[in-house]
Amino acid sequence: MRLLQWTILLLVAVAAPGVVLSRDPKAQVVTLSFYGLLCGLMFFIFQAPDVALSQITIGAVMLPLMIMLALTKMRRQNLRRERESKNK
Amino acid sequence: MLGHIPYFIAAWIFLWGLYGIVTSTNLVHQVVCLAVLQTSTYVLLLTIGYKLGGTAPIFADIPVGTVVVDPLVQALMLTDIVVEATVMALLLSMVVKANELAGTVDPDQLRIMTG
Amino acid sequence: MSSRTRLIFFLFPAGVLAAIFVWGCRDLPAVGDYRGPYGYVITQVTVPERHATDVVNAINYDYRGFDTLGEEFILFASVLGVLLLFRPSARIGGDRDKNGDDAQNRQVKIDDALPISDALRVTMQAFVGIMIVFGVYIATHGQLTPGGGFQGGVILASAPMVVYLSGNVWAFERIVSHPLIKLVECLGAGGYALIGMAGLLAGAHFLTNIIPLGKTGDLFSSGTIAVISVTVGLEVTGAFVLLMQTYLREIIEERLGQKS
Repeated sequence: MRLLQWTILLLVAVAAPGVVLSRDPKAQVVTLSFYGLLCGLMFFIFQAPDVALSQITIGAVMLPLMIMLALTKMRRQNLRRERESKNK
Repeated sequence: MLGHIPYFIAAWIFLWGLYGIVTSTNLVHQVVCLAVLQTSTYVLLLTIGYKLGGTAPIFADIPVGTVVVDPLVQALMLTDIVVEATVMALLLSMVVKANELAGTVDPDQLRIMTG
Repeated sequence: MSSRTRLIFFLFPAGVLAAIFVWGCRDLPAVGDYRGPYGYVITQVTVPERHATDVVNAINYDYRGFDTLGEEFILFASVLGVLLLFRPSARIGGDRDKNGDDAQNRQVKIDDALPISDALRVTMQAFVGIMIVFGVYIATHGQLTPGGGFQGGVILASAPMVVYLSGNVWAFERIVSHPLIKLVECLGAGGYALIGMAGLLAGAHFLTNIIPLGKTGDLFSSGTIAVISVTVGLEVTGAFVLLMQTYLREIIEERLGQKS
């Protein structure tokens, strides 16, 4: 295996604990998007272009987008609950 | 032995994802760690099918018969990625519903509210 | 049990799992030394038999098309689940007024959206056309170059999001709540199964490639692979647009209610 492939494998292996150890979901969205991009680059370097396209669109764009939408919805629910309990 | 290290990297990512799920205090963090766990299967499938010196299995500009990497595991990985997005969507909607009904996204607190 | 106990209970089986995995990987060939016969057989056979140059998509939509049918219906079912979980429910104390808010929501409006910067708006408006054209290109050229239905569908589904990011909430609401989106998604999902049944009607097995195969390298080659790719693209687009609409429905209603 060549140097480029070793490098990207090591980068992915280092980025995975980075995603897990970011405990705050808002920070984790950014690290997940970066990790998805790294995985897409890995698929590209290992000669899998179809899978790389799929990973970049879904793992680096759609998945963080869905998480951010879910976080937005939950934040609004919490704010509404706080204001309602304050009104009462 | 040196050639087996990519398989061990797949196990390493799997165990980190599992560690994140076990020690999580936020349901959204757990869902993201599940996504990391699924990427370990991509690494395993990818490295199983890789052939040194092979190129991408697209014959639009190369003649049939050049050495390519295995396309069958790439088809499996495509399915895997789509299923990951699907499962995440459903899990996230369940997390949002849990927050709406229980008021918290801490799995330890959710366990207390029973009955 | 406390979290420390849970961690200790996890670390021991994790070590055992790692050891068993390392022991089980001993007999696998080293990475880069692919020996299996199936890869070689498929790459020799796909271009002459199916006139498709993208072997991965030929496997996904033709040789193993039944698995992709199941996976597409997984996507369909999960979007159905999300829509069911988030359907508007009548709260206690009354029915909904013309804005769709029930009695409790009417008083409490959350209004802390940041204004969108001009640079973002201009860039996003420039991007919408490019994304739609690129998505259609990727979805229709699945049998020739890397791409296909799934990737093209996701790119197409990001186009309404770009419209939302450019600040045009009214256009976004008109796009995503159009009843055509649900029809497109169902047509995509059902169309795949119907193409399979066309194979049955022609006297062959389910999901056989019965359309004339055309010339290798043409856009309309490889028979049902191109058609299935387009239907899958339609279904994935509809699925993700519906997901975005479900999550953003409240926010859109509020923003539009304030504007009008």
